[in-house]
Amino acid sequence: MDLTYTEEEEAFRARLREWLGRVLPALPPKPSPADWPGRRAYDTGWQRRLYDAGYGDVHWGASPTTRLIFLEETERAGAPYVGANFVGLLHAGPTIATEGSPEQRERWLEPVLRGDEVWCQGFSEPDAGSDLAALRTRARREGDTYVVSGSKIWTSHAEVADWCELLVRTTPVSEATPKHRGITWLALPMDAPGITVRPLRTLAGSTEFAEMFLDDVRIPVANRVGAEDDGWRVTMVTLSFERGTAFVGEVVACRRVLGELAAHARKSGRWDDAVLRRELALLAAEFSALWRLTQWNVSEAQHSASGVPGVGGSVFKLRYSHARQRLYDVAARVAGGASALDAGQEWTLDRLSSLSYTIAAGTSQIQRNIVAERILGLPKSGKGGR
Amino acid sequence: MDFQLSVEQKALRAGIREVLAGRFGRDALRGAVDRPGVDRGLWRELGGAGLFSLCLAEARGGVGLGLAEAVVVFEECGRALLPGPLVATFLAAGEVPGAGSGDTVVTSPYGGLVPWLDAADVVRGDVAGAEPLASVDPLTPLHKLPAAAPVPREAALLYAAEQLGSAGRTLDMAVQHAREREQFGQPVGAFQAVKHLCADMLARVEVARAAVYAAAVTGDPVEAAAAKLLADEAAVQGARDCLQVHGGMGFTWEADVHLHLKRAWLRAELGGSARDAEELLAASL
Repeated sequence: MDLTYTEEEEAFRARLREWLGRVLPALPPKPSPADWPGRRAYDTGWQRRLYDAGYGDVHWGASPTTRLIFLEETERAGAPYVGANFVGLLHAGPTIATEGSPEQRERWLEPVLRGDEVWCQGFSEPDAGSDLAALRTRARREGDTYVVSGSKIWTSHAEVADWCELLVRTTPVSEATPKHRGITWLALPMDAPGITVRPLRTLAGSTEFAEMFLDDVRIPVANRVGAEDDGWRVTMVTLSFERGTAFVGEVVACRRVLGELAAHARKSGRWDDAVLRRELALLAAEFSALWRLTQWNVSEAQHSASGVPGVGGSVFKLRYSHARQRLYDVAARVAGGASALDAGQEWTLDRLSSLSYTIAAGTSQIQRNIVAERILGLPKSGKGGR
Repeated sequence: MDFQLSVEQKALRAGIREVLAGRFGRDALRGAVDRPGVDRGLWRELGGAGLFSLCLAEARGGVGLGLAEAVVVFEECGRALLPGPLVATFLAAGEVPGAGSGDTVVTSPYGGLVPWLDAADVVRGDVAGAEPLASVDPLTPLHKLPAAAPVPREAALLYAAEQLGSAGRTLDMAVQHAREREQFGQPVGAFQAVKHLCADMLARVEVARAAVYAAAVTGDPVEAAAAKLLADEAAVQGARDCLQVHGGMGFTWEADVHLHLKRAWLRAELGGSARDAEELLAASL
């Protein structure tokens, strides 16, 4: 049990901190969430600056500890989050880096790291959310091409993306092909003919994601990552990245928000409310422990041969997503009265968007199933086992 | 940074687990329920194995390890539900003759309570006005005090480590039962309602473990307070959930679940009040 960092890691931290201190004050303000092209330009511009400064590959080139330090320092300094680059840097990138051919890695990784290309995720469908393997978007093979028809939903950044990591069904479900087989992972160019993107409005009023309709869209077979019908396994690699490490930096952000809430409560006199004060204390305990759990998980991943985060990420996601919702509920009480209902307030917007955390990337109920079945070894739910 | 158990720490954990399994298994536990008291032979054996002198310098006859190792060992004591004034005796090693070797049983008042007052050879601290209490835990005799005594930070953390071990044990018990017990033609663990109880138990254990281990490594008092709160929650709620998974069987005296729950309630008190821990954390914000 060692929580000290090596000299080399501390030097990385110092260098990064110095660089952030220099670069951040000159950064232009972030465009409004409604301005998607502006947001894309802002996010990719930030990624390009990271790349030029030598931090471009920190999400999957560097050691897990280095990445941890990077997330800690950037969050602490209030640097931009990955934003539109989320899928490219945290899903598609790591997946292609792990599962792609040398040519595929050559073609797709560098543009993500340089902020030249943005990816979106085409996994979920209207009838295949938590039951992702029930997806029906069909790909039929014509020579060197897959011809794809169907629809996707909850596709974040679809309007501004260049590529989509797309899951399609290449073999229909039958007795010989259970639904988890017969799925294939494809890289879809978003300018291909036959794609229609329709933005969806979230309960926070923003348009973070979209529906996507595919009508005989032609995708070269060369864009397939992994073998045909092996997409489920490839996807599990992607999802373990998502659950394992994608939310790590946000814990630091939550601890920062907690400090802001305490400062606000002290100023407004609400700090005298012992119930509120102690609720903030319990959240402090939770986020402190979640940060330590992160370090525990990262250390564990560093010991594993694959470097792919284990199912322990589900434990983290389960606790974190609920703690985040509690944090912004308490923020509403700290703000108090009219402020708690003011949709112009940042805390209110964060409170609204926190509602997605227990749903996106696998609902809390699905995470509990994963923890119970894959860590604790409890039997799978059968028919009637619900 | 390598926040995992070292090879030596894993060996220490395996060693103490083996000693406790051999010397304080299920039969010994139930025997202790029927005949409460400090088992002097066991106490000396634990002393001989270095349990009490773990953090005492080698020059003073101890093992010379740190708080991180102590936490690993106390987690195992919590798993085994080992009775006796372990924390007070541990903290007396090197200061009270015979404490480190297990020849002397030492108790101390923590908060408004003192455990094992009649059985102890040495009492460290002021216990004037102590009155016997009908202890809820059949394995821990208690006296209540007119005034609350301070709880040292190390004591709070060691109690937290025991809570962690108990939480891990009740999780294992619940999972084992859920795998074996059949209802409606299948193991009850196949039902999501049961599955989700168990998953939440594990999540509480993992979060508490990260907090307890980290607090032992950093020695930070705010982290220790957080660790205690989370470990108390993991132990108390874990025992409750384990009882629920066991159904009617869980409500019987014969099942061990109630022993874990009662001890968890006790440790939550002896390790310092939740209120104090929360105020310390609030003040740090």
